[in-house]
Amino acid sequence: MFKIDRRLVQNFDWLTFVTVIAISVIGIMTVYSATRQPGEASQSPLFIKQSIWLVIGLLGLIAFVSFDYIWLSRIAVPAYVAGLSLLIIVLVSGKTGMGAQRWISLGPLAFQPSEFFKLIFIIMLSQYLSLLRGVVDIVGLLKIFFVIAFLPFVLLVKQPDLGTAIVVSIIFFSMLLTKGLQRKAVVLVVIIGLVSLPFLGNIMWTGLKDYQKNRLIAFIDPEADPSGIGYHINQSKVAIGSGEILGKGFLNGTQGPFRFLPERHTDFIFAVFAEEWGFAGSLGLLSLYLLLIMQGLDTVRKAKDEFGMMLAAGITFMFSVYFFVNIGMTLGIMPVVGIPLPFMSYGGTALLSNFISAGVLINIRTRRFSLFY
Amino acid sequence: MSIEKSQGKVRIIGYILVAGFAIILVRLWQLQVLQGSAFRRISESNRLRVIGVPAPRGIIFDRNRIPLVKNVPYFCASLIPSEFNSANLPSLAKLLNVGEAELGNRIHRTEQSPFTPVRLKEGLSIKEVSYIEARRSDFPGLIIEIEASRGYLLGSTGAHLIGYLGKMTPKQSNDPEFRDVPPNAFVGQWGVEKLFDKTLRGVAGQKVIEVDALGREIRLLLEKPPVKGEDITLSIDFALQSEAEKAFQARPGALVALKPDTGEILGYISSPSFDPNKFAKGIAFDEWESLSKDTHLPMLNRAIQSQYPPGSTFKIIMAIAGLEEGVITDSSKVDCRGGISYGKWRFGCWRKGGHGSVSLHRALVESCDVYFYDVGKRLGIDRIYKYATKFGLGKETGTPLGVERRGLIPNTKWKMETKKAQWFIGETFVNSIGQGYVSVTPVQMAVMMSAVSNGGKVYRPTILKGASPELVMNADVKPETIETIKEYLKGVVNESGGTGGVAKSAVTVIGGKTGTAQVVGLRKDSKFLSEKFRDHAWFVAFAPVDKPEVAMSVLVEHGGHGGSTAAPIAKKAIEAFMLPVEKKRELTNVQN
Repeated sequence: MFKIDRRLVQNFDWLTFVTVIAISVIGIMTVYSATRQPGEASQSPLFIKQSIWLVIGLLGLIAFVSFDYIWLSRIAVPAYVAGLSLLIIVLVSGKTGMGAQRWISLGPLAFQPSEFFKLIFIIMLSQYLSLLRGVVDIVGLLKIFFVIAFLPFVLLVKQPDLGTAIVVSIIFFSMLLTKGLQRKAVVLVVIIGLVSLPFLGNIMWTGLKDYQKNRLIAFIDPEADPSGIGYHINQSKVAIGSGEILGKGFLNGTQGPFRFLPERHTDFIFAVFAEEWGFAGSLGLLSLYLLLIMQGLDTVRKAKDEFGMMLAAGITFMFSVYFFVNIGMTLGIMPVVGIPLPFMSYGGTALLSNFISAGVLINIRTRRFSLFY
Repeated sequence: MSIEKSQGKVRIIGYILVAGFAIILVRLWQLQVLQGSAFRRISESNRLRVIGVPAPRGIIFDRNRIPLVKNVPYFCASLIPSEFNSANLPSLAKLLNVGEAELGNRIHRTEQSPFTPVRLKEGLSIKEVSYIEARRSDFPGLIIEIEASRGYLLGSTGAHLIGYLGKMTPKQSNDPEFRDVPPNAFVGQWGVEKLFDKTLRGVAGQKVIEVDALGREIRLLLEKPPVKGEDITLSIDFALQSEAEKAFQARPGALVALKPDTGEILGYISSPSFDPNKFAKGIAFDEWESLSKDTHLPMLNRAIQSQYPPGSTFKIIMAIAGLEEGVITDSSKVDCRGGISYGKWRFGCWRKGGHGSVSLHRALVESCDVYFYDVGKRLGIDRIYKYATKFGLGKETGTPLGVERRGLIPNTKWKMETKKAQWFIGETFVNSIGQGYVSVTPVQMAVMMSAVSNGGKVYRPTILKGASPELVMNADVKPETIETIKEYLKGVVNESGGTGGVAKSAVTVIGGKTGTAQVVGLRKDSKFLSEKFRDHAWFVAFAPVDKPEVAMSVLVEHGGHGGSTAAPIAKKAIEAFMLPVEKKRELTNVQN
């Protein structure tokens, strides 16, 4: 299995590999800066933890490059069942954090099954769609929805992990569209969506936790109460804006370490980065993400089979959705839904899951020529 | 659908993503480049907090460097509205024990900048401060501010002189003299505190502190230390002041003691008094109500603002005038038969049985009224006027302690101008024993006593120790006259039959003169009179007689006979003044 093939090395997707490592290193520097404790002797160890997770992530990436991704199609169903089981366990006996049950404790480790579940879900959907012939019609859509998507969606909303639920549904429909959806089916989805929006909205609204409601209100009118619910968005805008063109300089930001910015090392890490590195630095960082996404789309085009294509598309969509929603949220042009920035935000499970996903992407690209195997 | 077709769609998705990327760049450009400097300012004000540091006020000392006041911190809970989360309002109201609605009103006053702290509760106790401090991190924007206030070590003793602090009045806030004073600072509102406010005040400092979102101080960026106000040393003698105050037993009255050779005020009492510490804590409305409605008028500055008939203490002026004008001699005698008749009127002596044949000596010692009716008749009111005003009566003494009443020394011109009538000789009789039109303030009588004891020099009463004496005028009377009068005033206290015998002291030789000023024209047995119709009791004194170090006037409103009510107070005050400095310091320890 670990026999190194010359062609494997030749065709290795170095661009994706280097890009994710670069973003992660920037991420660790920013976590360090964001969690500085000015005026106190003890410094936060979070950046060291994140560095360890980076090493684990790299091992995960290499592991998921080392075997032919076709194997993933064979374990899709058992992995999906296992993933669903974990989500149920979380709901029953998970650890609560920030008003939501997302974590499972395994000895000293606490991890979020929903982080891995996204990848498992993409593998499962890719496998299912690659076995279908032609476009998906209405019956097929309903089948896929109820067989694969419905249960996990309910479980995620229940946790509640609204961010992941939204991301998973966006990935779900993008992958269906990529596969090809009958025009009638598209119209039906749109109509059902529009008609049920008020009802759904109402059910969602009453079902939302207070902090979730506040985030939506704050998105609509952040100035309504600058020190109350609009606080996150305003402080994030202040952090980003005050970076101006060249930034305040590394370790010179004040919004994060002085705690004006909530979630400074997780969801709002881009604001900390933009404060210290300015417009110029942000442009550079965003370019790295664009590079990663464009390379992913290119991998979709070059995949040698339909399973690989769907898989690459799902992972690239996942990175894109996370990226746009997170950056849009810190910039105040999207509601605060509490999802992290891939490879940057502090969080071990997410980093490992993202590195594994990147590993799968690299795997697909590296093995794009069917001739070799 | 073929795999190629799916892969073709990816290009469209790529365009969409690039468009999204462009939107993000536009937004970044807007925030960081177009609005960057505005956000930079907000982030600076986010982390910087400017805190005023009150200047320690100068300490007020007595003439022996015994402190009369101390500086005490005055704690206030304040809130920076911009940092406050209004969801915390109910729990904050509970923490501070203030009504929720009232608290909300204070925080949301629109005319104020949201970065300027708003006072929520003032005058917190140490216990309240530590309780709030422990929970402060739950309330971003909540801070404890400190103002410099005062503790008055003597309590109500000398309150009218030392005064008190208070919040700036709206008028003061607009006065350029208070330009450098922070808006919530205390300033002197009465007495010495007000008079020397500028000296005592000092200059408030400032601290610029970097804070985090919880309001915790991270580091000090800039500090302009406050400049302590200058200390001042009053001419007041603490021991005299406090012993005299005790002797008053809160009866309405006044005492002014002066240093005869300089005019420095050694003691100053207006009784009853009030506790200036209540003012320094920010007086409560009901406390102010009860003070201002008290029928004994504790806020009235009696020593300079109340005028009374001088009664028999005026006989000192009469005696000096008689001798100087040659209408009497030391040995000339008058026969007192308990009163004299003039025309259809009869003027009685306080001793119904009469004093018999009296010279000036016995007339003063025993305070014979008939003798001085005779002196008055010989002098006429205009010559009495001349000598009374020579010793400072009938006009303001010029003390810096506030607006004074002038008192009144009548003459024929005055009567013509104000009453449009001729002067009657009978009125001269009445005024000769300090009744009738003549009226004086306690401070004027102290100045008069001081001038008599120092040989005729009328000084303006001053309040700072070592201030250069301000000679108002010299009475310009013969030294022999003064010596004679002083000798007889010594007799008033020290000879048998003297009306001031109660003031006789084993410590020092006191000279003085009693006075009993009638409140109503008809004299009745004081035992059966309600308090408000009883006579005012006067005693003016100086000591030691041969080399006077202190001169004073004591007045007890409705106190009855001066000899029995006012004289003991003067004796206690003088004896306290004569104590060695170490003993005076011991007195302060007992007080505190």
